[in-house]
Amino acid sequence: MFVQRGSSRSRVALAGALSVGLVFGLSACGDSDDDTGADTGASAAAIDCSPYTAFGDLKGKTVTIYTGIVTPEDTPHKESYVPFEKCTGVTVKYEGDKAFETQILVRAEAGNPPDIAYVPQPGLLQNLVKTGKAVEAPPEVAANVDKFWGPDWKAYGTVDGKFYAAPLGANVKSLVWYSPKEFADKGYQIPTTLDELKALSDKIVADGGKPWCAGIASGEATGWPVTDWMEDFMLRLSGAEAYDKWVKHEIPFNGPEATQALDGVGAYLKNDQYVNGGLGDIKSIASTTFQDAGLPILEGQCSLHRQASFYAANFPAGTKVAKDGDVYAFYLPGKDATSKPVLGGGEFVLAFSDRPEVKAFQTYLSSDVWANTKAKLSSGWVSANKGLDPANLTNPIDQLSASILQDPNAQFRFDGSDMMPGAVGANSFWKQATAWIIGQDTKTTLDNIEKSWPK
Amino acid sequence: MFTTASTTSDKILQMFAAILLFAAAVGVILFAASRVAGKRDRAVAALYLLPTVLMLGVGLLYPGVRTVYQSFFDASLSNFIGLDNYTKIFTDAEQLTVLRNTAFWVLVTPFAATGIGLLYAILVDKARLESFAKALIFLPMSISFVAASVIWKFMYEYRPDQRNVQQIGLVNQVIVWLGGEPVQLLIESPLNTFLLIVVMIWIQAGFAMTVLAAAIKAIPDDIIEAARLDGVGPWGMFRFVTLPAIRPAVVVVMTTIAIGTLKVFDIVQTMTGGRFDTNVIANEFYSQSFRSNDKGLGSALAVVLFVLVIPIVVYNIRQLRRSEA
Repeated sequence: MFVQRGSSRSRVALAGALSVGLVFGLSACGDSDDDTGADTGASAAAIDCSPYTAFGDLKGKTVTIYTGIVTPEDTPHKESYVPFEKCTGVTVKYEGDKAFETQILVRAEAGNPPDIAYVPQPGLLQNLVKTGKAVEAPPEVAANVDKFWGPDWKAYGTVDGKFYAAPLGANVKSLVWYSPKEFADKGYQIPTTLDELKALSDKIVADGGKPWCAGIASGEATGWPVTDWMEDFMLRLSGAEAYDKWVKHEIPFNGPEATQALDGVGAYLKNDQYVNGGLGDIKSIASTTFQDAGLPILEGQCSLHRQASFYAANFPAGTKVAKDGDVYAFYLPGKDATSKPVLGGGEFVLAFSDRPEVKAFQTYLSSDVWANTKAKLSSGWVSANKGLDPANLTNPIDQLSASILQDPNAQFRFDGSDMMPGAVGANSFWKQATAWIIGQDTKTTLDNIEKSWPK
Repeated sequence: MFTTASTTSDKILQMFAAILLFAAAVGVILFAASRVAGKRDRAVAALYLLPTVLMLGVGLLYPGVRTVYQSFFDASLSNFIGLDNYTKIFTDAEQLTVLRNTAFWVLVTPFAATGIGLLYAILVDKARLESFAKALIFLPMSISFVAASVIWKFMYEYRPDQRNVQQIGLVNQVIVWLGGEPVQLLIESPLNTFLLIVVMIWIQAGFAMTVLAAAIKAIPDDIIEAARLDGVGPWGMFRFVTLPAIRPAVVVVMTTIAIGTLKVFDIVQTMTGGRFDTNVIANEFYSQSFRSNDKGLGSALAVVLFVLVIPIVVYNIRQLRRSEA
């Protein structure tokens, strides 16, 4: 650089030209990838536009979506917008990001939010509304939600009495996996109450088996499956009202309700007669990954495994997941046959803009038309939308989930650990649940979690 | 464009922008230096030092001071709570386990790794196939901590003692071959902490061996010959000749491993996630800061770690200076 000024100058110019070219080249690549592409999916001629005429002509408008749903689940989402885009002329820009849960807050606070965000946690939804950037749902959406969802779902989209966000997808956690073949061979009946579940477990023990298999290892999140167990038992033994208070810390974490719930779980997971089929003793629950925990069902070493609907994906390729297949699931029964508490999760559609095209798109997403369009395109997806025809769902577990969610007696409750403060829901609850499995008593466990609740 | 990079192409773009900026800054400094060159040496020196001082200030000093400041605040950093976070670290049962485990790590790892490395270095010194033997023990050094942890997780893997169930972990298979029952190695405390320490030793022994073998080679032959003539045996040779001659190298190796051990995070995070009473300060700092969102306690833990490292670093630098002198 110090030696030959002339040649260094020309070299700088060359480098500059190169980098400018690179910058433009890259930005050109960047622009093209997020369009949902109006050419994918069904061909235009096959689309019946009559359900969309109410939205009017929105040609040339754009709606941006920001979500944590990424490849491969994003493809059916994008394809499900195609009829709406074709018939109204709107372009939907879809942006999936694994870091959604932290980034959306940053973007909202920085004044750079998307038009619409799919929010997977009610707690995050409340924080987003608190930024003051979110807008209330239009009356058309509220009407759709009143029509197609139960009041429990609407409550999760409501902040301070104002309704903001309609539910989108859902998943069911209150499921017990089993082998239909084993049940048929041995004459076991699917239990409809908690007492029957207990009786069934005892019967399997009497037949010489270990009924349950479980596993809670999940890296730094080790322990979370126990929190789901406990939430399910909290809902069943003390009811939804006590559950809500417990999640909001209006009743203590170590109160009689919680003690009863965790002891209820202990009757299964800390009972060496019942666990851990094909995996070892009680302590092996702590060292078995949750992904592996249900597999002994296929080997006949274990008969029952409580895990969410998404567990279907963990069975090896070629496993038939169906009522007449290798494995299937039944609803973890309530205390009696009439009460149907359902533990699960889902996403909510929160808007940060009230432009007409955004409102129209929100309304579309909250309709039965969209739910059925989406159902036909995807596998491993359900919605609690009562307008969804289970026959449109492609796989049996999705159909089961939908039928559980749409049951008029179903009382849906969101996964509580997702709504508790991070210090509890993503730290002490997991840690203490793990310690509980390897021997710590119920009282110490609950006292320690109560102590960790932020003041 | 430069505030929120959401797509990959945006990120790459930002990266190139940053590199260009850096190149431009260096260019400006070199240009300015060339203008004043030969006039005032001090000015040139100051110019060259400027970026380093600036980066140390922004990247080390400022965050350091800020972390200390934040450690006196509560979870949301909104209320001043004095020394409460530190009180918690030194009284809370869970935090005391963290401190105990960190003590285990720091007391065992440097001595064990250095001892094994030293023994190995002496044994293979001037032996046949010396470089091959050295390569064998040095190999683990080239594996990342996370990869090493995954490997050792399989070594310790447990399968129950049931019909049709095969062990897949080497350690438990050996136990079964010897007629024992398979053990839940990573769950039994405090055994599990020592099993994690083994992983660290496995990685660091190669480093110790390499440095110490070089130091042994550097011992002048005439000293060794003189000792031999005086009739010193192998033990005496080690005790009175080799060890004093390589003492500075041993100290540097031990302190370096000790500092690395204090900061151990990857092994604990990957193998147990800090469960089953295996937590250490660095891992607890992470889970308090980023899982519990308790920024105050997280900062306090970082400060404790920092304070613990300081004496070792000071000792290390002193020894280095002395060996150079």
